Amino acid sequence: MRSPNLRNAYGEALVALGRKDDRVMALEADLGKSTQSVMFQAEFPDRYFQMGIAEQDMMSTAAGMALAGMIPFVHTFAIFATGRAYDQLRNSICVPNLPVRICGSSAGLSDFGDGKTHQSVEDVALMRAIPNLTVICPADSIETTKMMEQMLDWPGPVYIRINRNDLPFVTPEDEPYKIGKVSLLRPGRDVAIFAAGVMVSKALEAATTLEADGISARVINVSTIKPLDRDAVIRCAAGVDAIVTAEEHTLIGGLGSAVVEALRGEAHAPVEFVGVTDRFGTSAERYDILMERYGLTAEVIAATAKTVLRKNDK
Amino acid sequence: MAKPDEIRRLQSIACDLRANVIRMIGVGKVGHIGGSCSLAEIAAALYFSKMRIDPKDMHNKDRDRFLLSKGHTVPIQYAALIEMGVIPREHSSGLKTLEGNLQGHPDMKTPGMEAVTGSLGQGLSIGVGMALALRYKKSPARIYVAMGDGEIAEGQIWEAAMAAARYKLDSLTGIVDRNGFQATGSTKDIFEIPNLVEKWRAFGWHALAVDGHDVGAVLEALDEAEATKGVPTVIVAETVKGKGISFAENTSAFHNASLTQAQFDQALAEIEDAKRVLQ
Repeated sequence: MRSPNLRNAYGEALVALGRKDDRVMALEADLGKSTQSVMFQAEFPDRYFQMGIAEQDMMSTAAGMALAGMIPFVHTFAIFATGRAYDQLRNSICVPNLPVRICGSSAGLSDFGDGKTHQSVEDVALMRAIPNLTVICPADSIETTKMMEQMLDWPGPVYIRINRNDLPFVTPEDEPYKIGKVSLLRPGRDVAIFAAGVMVSKALEAATTLEADGISARVINVSTIKPLDRDAVIRCAAGVDAIVTAEEHTLIGGLGSAVVEALRGEAHAPVEFVGVTDRFGTSAERYDILMERYGLTAEVIAATAKTVLRKNDK
Repeated sequence: MAKPDEIRRLQSIACDLRANVIRMIGVGKVGHIGGSCSLAEIAAALYFSKMRIDPKDMHNKDRDRFLLSKGHTVPIQYAALIEMGVIPREHSSGLKTLEGNLQGHPDMKTPGMEAVTGSLGQGLSIGVGMALALRYKKSPARIYVAMGDGEIAEGQIWEAAMAAARYKLDSLTGIVDRNGFQATGSTKDIFEIPNLVEKWRAFGWHALAVDGHDVGAVLEALDEAEATKGVPTVIVAETVKGKGISFAENTSAFHNASLTQAQFDQALAEIEDAKRVLQ
């Protein structure tokens, strides 16, 4: 029975990679129980490196391992990987285009209890701006496993954004998956909803409620945010009257921005973003009530789609 | 103990490296002269004696590696690689040019370079990663990381120092180029870091201080580092900023500066004189 937890899927997939290839190494900054890198530690203690609470050193150390022919996986919370160690990630790893895999765990608001210092609302914007870096964000544990399977051969550095919590299964188990592709999860005529990560399941839910109101919505899972499959985005945005993007991230520089960048120079329907308005996160008792407070729900996506459609009518 | 002939050979190479640096930077173009010249004997000792590297096989997986964490002084590394024939001599005119392949800081597109460094503080960590990976692969390769005495104000250096001690990385040798000057003044005035040898010892390293312009002493220290098992070694090299060029010595004025034609000529003449004295 597959776990719906992305961290478990990540940890198991990393162990599988470790069995397949002894170039795989893992580095951790004392969050192994959260990131689930402990699974790798248990099976491959000689390829697991506890680097202490020193993320900057860990990031450059991974670069050194890659320069010596390894495929290192770096683990910490998304905010520390992308914020605290930004310069090391950029200069030690991305400038020389090294095959380091950066696991940004407990991403977005998913570390609901710990609050704004530990939640990352801006990591995608930061990572997307770095040349050479691939930015991926799985929508469920199935996709997490499939992404990880490609990590041995994918060229250059990769940032993988991992949600802390259980997420509904939304991607087909039996279909082949390629990093770099966007996937149409549900066809529709009136609205196109581009979503990533936890927001994919909410977009699908929104499409169901919109259908009850006679609005046909297509849902596109943009799990590779960079390099974005521009042609596919243009194709998926064609022929509808409204486009909505949905992300667990600030509205500045994330998925919404990426979609609009992809559509630039093309005739397209009006676009509206669902995401975190320009502010930090906060602590909450549960993930669902935090998402609700920040407007990251199926209801908000559906209402946003209707607003754009109404505007169009005028 | 290295033989007098061997020491003279390396001293002579150090002069050649300084001359390469001066020619590379040229007249009227800004370059990091001071911190390149303070490293000349150390670069000569490493590249032309201590390190197991084959200029014709710079990708050999068991080669020793030299990382210049103080990446702004990369002209001295280019100078050595040019002298070894790894970088074609004619490329030296391309330093910091759009079409050249000698970037302002270490870059992988230049032959013989091992990492991207120069955002200060990152080189020692990269060395730790190499040492961990190469030990896992049972490679005999040794890793040498040169740091600046201004650079070590970066906290990441000390994170890496703790990690190297934690993992008992005896294949890793750090070298602090303690020339006493940084970009805008003396390290004493800007940000003094006293008790340096004791600090490294407190971080779990074998630490020794040497005269960084005494090739024999540098070679001995490098041998001692290799013989020291179970802990990494750091060599605090007491050096002179701008060494070998009288007007550039012991000042931050030529940390990153341009030379007039007269200064350029004088610098090369002084280096030539120093080389002649050796013969």
